[in-house]
Amino acid sequence: MYKIVTKKELNPTVVQMEIEAPLVARKAKPGQFIILRVDADGERIPLTVAGVNIEMGTVKIIFQVVGATTTLLSRKSAGESVCDFVGPLGEPTRTAGVKKVCIIGGGVGCAIALPVAEEFHRLGAEVTSIVGFRSKDLLILEDEFRAASDRLVVMTDDGSYARQGNVTVPLKEALEAGERYDMIITIGPLIMMKFVTLAAQPFGVPVTVSMNPIMIDGTGMCGGCRVTLVQNGRRVTKFTCVDGPDFNGYEIDFDEALSRGRMYCDFERRARDEACNLLKMA
Amino acid sequence: MAIIPKKHEMPTQPADVRAHNFNEVALGYTPEIAVEEAKRCLNCKPRPCVEGCPVNVNIPDFISRVKEGDFEGAYQTIAATSALPAVCGRVCPQETQCEARCTLAKKFEPVAIGRLERFVADWHNARATERVQAPVSNGRRVAIVGSGPSGLTCAGDLAKKGYQVTVYEALHTAGGVLVYGIPEFRLPKSIVEREVETLRELGVDVELNVVIGKTLTVDELFEMGYEAVFIGSGAGLPNFMEIPGEAYKGVYSANEFLTRSNLMKAYLDHPTTPIMKGGKVAVVGGGNVAMDAARTALRLGAEKVYVVYRRSMDELPARAEEVEHAQEEGVEFRLLCNPVEILGYHNESDPRDPKNGFVTAIRCVKMELGEPDASGRRRPVAIPGSEFELDVDAVIIAIGTSPNPLIKSTTNGLDVNRKGGIVVNEDGLTSRANVYAGGDAVTGAATVISAMGAGKIAARAIDAALSSHK
Repeated sequence: MYKIVTKKELNPTVVQMEIEAPLVARKAKPGQFIILRVDADGERIPLTVAGVNIEMGTVKIIFQVVGATTTLLSRKSAGESVCDFVGPLGEPTRTAGVKKVCIIGGGVGCAIALPVAEEFHRLGAEVTSIVGFRSKDLLILEDEFRAASDRLVVMTDDGSYARQGNVTVPLKEALEAGERYDMIITIGPLIMMKFVTLAAQPFGVPVTVSMNPIMIDGTGMCGGCRVTLVQNGRRVTKFTCVDGPDFNGYEIDFDEALSRGRMYCDFERRARDEACNLLKMA
Repeated sequence: MAIIPKKHEMPTQPADVRAHNFNEVALGYTPEIAVEEAKRCLNCKPRPCVEGCPVNVNIPDFISRVKEGDFEGAYQTIAATSALPAVCGRVCPQETQCEARCTLAKKFEPVAIGRLERFVADWHNARATERVQAPVSNGRRVAIVGSGPSGLTCAGDLAKKGYQVTVYEALHTAGGVLVYGIPEFRLPKSIVEREVETLRELGVDVELNVVIGKTLTVDELFEMGYEAVFIGSGAGLPNFMEIPGEAYKGVYSANEFLTRSNLMKAYLDHPTTPIMKGGKVAVVGGGNVAMDAARTALRLGAEKVYVVYRRSMDELPARAEEVEHAQEEGVEFRLLCNPVEILGYHNESDPRDPKNGFVTAIRCVKMELGEPDASGRRRPVAIPGSEFELDVDAVIIAIGTSPNPLIKSTTNGLDVNRKGGIVVNEDGLTSRANVYAGGDAVTGAATVISAMGAGKIAARAIDAALSSHK
């Protein structure tokens, strides 16, 4: 069992927890993920590491309450435990040779983008962060991003806070104004990452995307998390759990990934509704 | 006394019943049938069956005990060399091992060694009440990577010699392929749980949720005080066919399909893990894993299950009993067929159609057998112009797995071969001092019993090496 040491609601649907897992805390690097099960017979879900505290032996996770498992997890209190917690999995985000970076986060993806921004900041790179949310209510981690960035742009879809529009607007402006990043790293909904990649393409700036497909074991065993890269005209299958989660945005077949992500939509909707009903009855 | 030419049949659930449940197919011998079958053994001098067994079970001795009605004695005879009798009695390919060498088999059917082993193990497990006594510790620590058949065997043999053994498992349940791969109807989970429990009683520490190569490295295990490491991490990485359409929804690796059903319990009524149920399913491949996937799909409610295999029935590598059972249950074999493309649904006028991107069919080409290839089997050759389509809703790819690269990529000086298998000598020793390996991590996908044999050899070598430099 892995103890939930702290719990904090960052907004009405996004929860942050620090979970006691000293071996994972000692190893985890920005960009890597963990897999947890809330209880025995539960589903395994991957969550990207949002930070670690090596002295405390804790790993920080930030998740949006979207399905049955995240609903159950969100109902756990500090002091309670989760059944399984394994990691760190996947490869860390590559930082070598990047002196000027643009980090683009969308929604809860910002929770994962933050440690990446912090790592580049720590390494002395020039960090521009662009973070986007649907509305002001859903804004998270603004102060933390400000501390880790040389420049921060906050966007909301509905204009309820900061600038109105999506994250590609300020990116295009910066690129058109002649900004030349060594790397753009984008983490968030697939559709956002696709459009960030398209926006950067005319300027030839390298784009790294962080994939978050359906996954079971996280060690390369099931192949459910496979994505297709197009490399020199050839289609190549890669496993997100061991080859990723970071990939070259220009190579990813986004439309295929979007389609595969919807495989169990119906099942997930039913499971979430059941979980909600169970919790109502409890 | 005249020799009974055929094995005594083992009672099974009727095919039409079992095709719709996940209970064990075979019900096992009764004591009476077991004694009668044991009487078929000639107890011949050369004992060829023992040589046919990768862990050299003293087969004629245990069968003699069965003949006398001393079932517990028979169990102890098997347990002296095999760590997992109840498992082996169920999943070993006896027809190519012990039973293939049986003297009786020259003229008749061999003695049903596998069925007798299974009977003896089940008889013991149903009655044994006393806990196994943990031996006195010799204070020396060995780490085992992976809790599959090779790891459990190596751990058991070392623990019996007094070593303090820790088994590290990446998943949340111990057993490796025995729990994520082999389905309940062929190997009940309770049997694997019991074998793991026996190891715990022997003093073996099982640490779940630790991925060696990620959470800890092999080098760190030595820093932690382990004097030897055995790598039994299996052949985890599923192979795909590299044909168009493999990314459509409804295309699974057999590992994913079986893991969803077995480990994640999608076979139960109220699963938390989804899986595609019903419809028509094509399973590509002809090994035991393909049979397991086909029969699982059937039990999950598929209306039609095809096994698509590119060679003929003679080359089909699955255990004979599994093929027979699959046929009885209604799995349709499409032999000498090779998939060339998987087709999917595309509604051009409505990109939001929820059916978009799901599998609709698999296109295959008919094959004929040509000259023998490197494996000695006749090589299948495509017949031009013979393409046809099978309408299906799901495709399960069971064409094999490759060794998992996680450990290799994080362990300096660990040599692997072209296919990714860890290179070992005849003792299971790798290119790194005090690091041993065995099972599918070395050979690529093979059998439970050969992995157990490798675990056994490594345990002996580790003991010899550690005892020699005290």
